[in-house]
Amino acid sequence: MSGNSRRGVKGPLLGVLGGLALSCSAVAQTTPAVEAKLAALDAAAKSAQSAGDNAWMLTSAALVLMMTGPGLALFYGGLVRRKNVLSTMMHSFIMMALITVIWATYGYSLAFGEGTPFLGGLQYLFLNGVGSAPNPDYGATVPHQTYMIYQLMFAVITPALISGAYAERIKFSAMALFTILWATLVYFPMAHMVWGKGGLLNSSLGGKIPTFDFAGGTVVHITSGVSALVCALYLGKRIGYPREPMKPHSLVLSVVGACLLWVGWFGFNAGSAVAASGLATSAFVATHFGAAAATLGWMLAEWCKHGRPSMLGAISGAVAGLVAITPASGFVKPFPALLIGFAAGVVCFLMVTVVKSRFGYDDTLDAFGVHGAGGTLGALLTGVFATNAVNDSFKDSAGKLLPLGLVDGNPGQIINQGAGVAIAWVLAIVGTLIILKVVDLAIGLRASESGEREGLDLSMHGEEGYSLES
Amino acid sequence: MKKIEAIIQPHKLDEVKEALKGIGVDGMTITEVRGHGRQKGHKEVYRGMEYEVDLLPKVKVELVISDARLDEITNVLAGAARTGKIGDGKIFVFDVFEAMRIRNGETGEAAL
Repeated sequence: MSGNSRRGVKGPLLGVLGGLALSCSAVAQTTPAVEAKLAALDAAAKSAQSAGDNAWMLTSAALVLMMTGPGLALFYGGLVRRKNVLSTMMHSFIMMALITVIWATYGYSLAFGEGTPFLGGLQYLFLNGVGSAPNPDYGATVPHQTYMIYQLMFAVITPALISGAYAERIKFSAMALFTILWATLVYFPMAHMVWGKGGLLNSSLGGKIPTFDFAGGTVVHITSGVSALVCALYLGKRIGYPREPMKPHSLVLSVVGACLLWVGWFGFNAGSAVAASGLATSAFVATHFGAAAATLGWMLAEWCKHGRPSMLGAISGAVAGLVAITPASGFVKPFPALLIGFAAGVVCFLMVTVVKSRFGYDDTLDAFGVHGAGGTLGALLTGVFATNAVNDSFKDSAGKLLPLGLVDGNPGQIINQGAGVAIAWVLAIVGTLIILKVVDLAIGLRASESGEREGLDLSMHGEEGYSLES
Repeated sequence: MKKIEAIIQPHKLDEVKEALKGIGVDGMTITEVRGHGRQKGHKEVYRGMEYEVDLLPKVKVELVISDARLDEITNVLAGAARTGKIGDGKIFVFDVFEAMRIRNGETGEAAL
């Protein structure tokens, strides 16, 4: 055959003919040798996909860790006063150690084990059975351990986000105890409900109220943001707030931190596809677009109200947009992502300026105004803009694509999203209140008055962020 | 002996140093300070929280000179530090009882 194809144009045609001939002969005489070869090819293709997916998921896990340290540590660290920079960075950094140990011991099992609709079981205690074999429910092409370590990074950043509300006045020991209890009683149940097999809100693994939350709008941002508000109200204002000036001590650090958050968020959202797939690309694009539009939304709102566009406003807007696009990222097209982002920029700006000053609570670094409000807005708008043109994993028994959000003609999804939001709010409020009360009674929450005035860096940690003498 | 304490705009420091060097005054002490006289401050806004910043960065120049050169030096200093706008600063003059060079114990104007 190859002797006939002297001219290049004939090549493809002859190749197709040759392929047909080959498959005909394969059907005609299925020898064990051919079968073995096909099986080997199949295995090689699966292995290549698995290698690609695993590479992306491990990269994503590292990106999400980078969001906590150094991302959030720098973002929050720059926003506090100079005397509290280390304690604030410590609030983020210590989560990377503390939550990891809890996760390995029982956290992963409570979040992702099979149990009740509200909490996972104990079969993965001490990561028993979580090895290199994939768990088809969570990620058929990557090792179960990859999925476990990826999800750990979400559990790490979520309590770190709350620290924005109690910064500059909480006792370190109380913060640590609060975090352990909060992860156990609020985060693990919520993660199980939304992402765990059989969880109440799980849209793909048998939930009773299917809620779309691609990368953690309810699990991460609503729980942390609403809990932050409860913390701010329970702990009370910082001494001197709002009479004494409490300017950010280094917006330079905050800008660097916000940029690292933006980059890390690609792992957070695009990684939530649990594969290096087209869906991951779509989530990547939506994430970036959401952040960009929110930056402009916040900046324009601020420009109108205060007469000048600020650097702090621009980075706050970016984070608000990333928060709002998180639940929607694997469900919406690029243009709705711009809309969601822009809306989040404006709404969160109003939350931290108008609403906060109206009610007078001292949410030090606006964890509620950005994560609580942005997360809620994003979760609800996901019900509006989710479409099966982006996410084709929901089909009926005949294999036909199901409508997802309002734009697909399924307005009922907005109600489901509302239910998910309500459950996240109630769990965060009730859980956080109980935990704060317990920790307060057990060891006390706030630093002493003199310790707070001196700064938590010295009173809690015995060191200073900036030593001018050395 | 007299001590001159001049509070000036930070960006005028180099001109003042050059001008003083030009008339042979090469000893001085510089401190970064904050303060205000008649000059108004400015407003800063961080996430809607407004802060009136009325203590502005200034530089304090201190030098001790002989009585004879007082007028000359204050005029040169003021001339170099002047922009003509509010916020240029002030010069204060004090009597000095004694001075001593630590290295060799010289006292009085010889120590300057």
